[in-house]
Amino acid sequence: MSRLLRNIIGTVGVLALCELVGRSGLVNPNQLPPPSVIGARLVELFNDYEFSLDVVSTVLSWAIALGIAVLIAVPLGVLFGSVPLVGSAASAIVEFLRPIPSVAMIPLALVALGGAAETKIWLAVFGAVWPILFNTVHAVSDIDPVQINTAKAFNLTRRQMLTAVKLPSIAPFVLTGIRVSGSIALILVVSTEVLAGGSSASATILERGGLGGFITDAGTGGARMDLAIAGTFVAGLIGFVINIVFVAVQRRWVNWSDGDRAR
Amino acid sequence: MTTVVSRRRRVVEITGKWVVFALFVAAWQVATELAEAPYFPTPVTIGRTMVDLWLSGPAAHLFLTDAVGTQIVPSLLRLLGGWAAAGAIGIVVGLILGRSGKAYDYVSPTISFLRSIPPPALLPVFLVLFHIGTEMQLATIIFGVIWPVLLNTIDGAHTLDETVVETTRSMRLSRTRFLATVVFPAALPKIFAGLRVSLSLALILMVISELVGSTNGIGYQMILAQRNFAIAEMWAGIVLLGILGYVLNVLLLAVQNQVIGWHIRSKSLTGR
Repeated sequence: MSRLLRNIIGTVGVLALCELVGRSGLVNPNQLPPPSVIGARLVELFNDYEFSLDVVSTVLSWAIALGIAVLIAVPLGVLFGSVPLVGSAASAIVEFLRPIPSVAMIPLALVALGGAAETKIWLAVFGAVWPILFNTVHAVSDIDPVQINTAKAFNLTRRQMLTAVKLPSIAPFVLTGIRVSGSIALILVVSTEVLAGGSSASATILERGGLGGFITDAGTGGARMDLAIAGTFVAGLIGFVINIVFVAVQRRWVNWSDGDRAR
Repeated sequence: MTTVVSRRRRVVEITGKWVVFALFVAAWQVATELAEAPYFPTPVTIGRTMVDLWLSGPAAHLFLTDAVGTQIVPSLLRLLGGWAAAGAIGIVVGLILGRSGKAYDYVSPTISFLRSIPPPALLPVFLVLFHIGTEMQLATIIFGVIWPVLLNTIDGAHTLDETVVETTRSMRLSRTRFLATVVFPAALPKIFAGLRVSLSLALILMVISELVGSTNGIGYQMILAQRNFAIAEMWAGIVLLGILGYVLNVLLLAVQNQVIGWHIRSKSLTGR
């Protein structure tokens, strides 16, 4: 039996088991509806314009946050990794800032910035910067000195050194960092949305409640568990797709190393 | 001789780090004093608030206030309880799945989907299923932090040296003993890596679950502070959580060095 077949049988089995439990009366079907009901809600949601706007709001905030985090962390990481003195001073500060769980900032950020779009984006940036920064610094200080010396022997300019030697050599590790940051940024965007709650229809796309706001409204506000779980399923789907895309990018463009060494 | 030199270098390194950090805090003090921004109290104000909140109790209680018992202790218990439970489940299930390729094939799509769900998205669902309180928070923490341990354990158990497998097979160990005495120790380095990721994730989930649905805990205190616009108290909570994250990580690293020091030493011997 092939692996794919076992994958399919297993997944169908899990769904069937959930369906059975959901229909058996062991659990309250209003609290934990069976997969068939949730599936029907999912189909409805995919045709729901308002819901798709919420999903776009979440994904867009996530993408902007991750982009900003990359723009901050990669240059800083290259700097810290290349200049040892700056690096050790910065690492001291980073070491003390990094353990702060970024969700701890959410209440403060909601008071200071309000429920605006910037709030979830900046919180996600704060959380997403560290893994990228960490991996970049590690990767730069880990470049094989033979490579650097060879490049020097060929009289490469500073810029050529950066683009032809340093960046390709650190890319796999940086990408691993970005992958970790991607899931952290998603956690923070959704967390902020869940805590801010609610969605106003007049808001611009980024200011909407997003997927987290939708799930909160459905679950705690309206006690519509079928909608809440369907929304959670979509959140999982987003995370799943993001991960697949990252793995594909890693395989396609930086296939000279798996980049797992720096972790 | 070399150990004395390297130890001295380590001392210099560590003092240097704290000096830099002290300078950073001093700079922050000056900046916040000059800026007088309402949302950014000075470090001195934050420190004073922290002492007022948690360290101004009677001497008989080691100066700890009642708030330590009602806010910090419940948070810590939930954090450690959820993390330990997730760790235990993740390790046991991971060892079994890691050594059985077929069983892993059956459940791997479900696992990769479930771990893709950002755990906070489940909070509204768990709130209805478990109601506000410890039960809901433990569910959130366990569901959120089990994946790094589970996947790392599977990985560690799966990539076991074939010679070891063949050797133990010739010893006719029972399956349980094989998993417990051969696979588990061999997978420990990977398991510890997973446990570390999980611990910092557990702190995040503890906070967020307390922010959403709780009647006590550090996160609950921060929500109260938010409602009262007590900015300094919110900062006190942030700093406390940072300290907790730092201390927990240092403690786990110490345990890790005790338990799998052999692995780290063997790695440095082979020059990797």
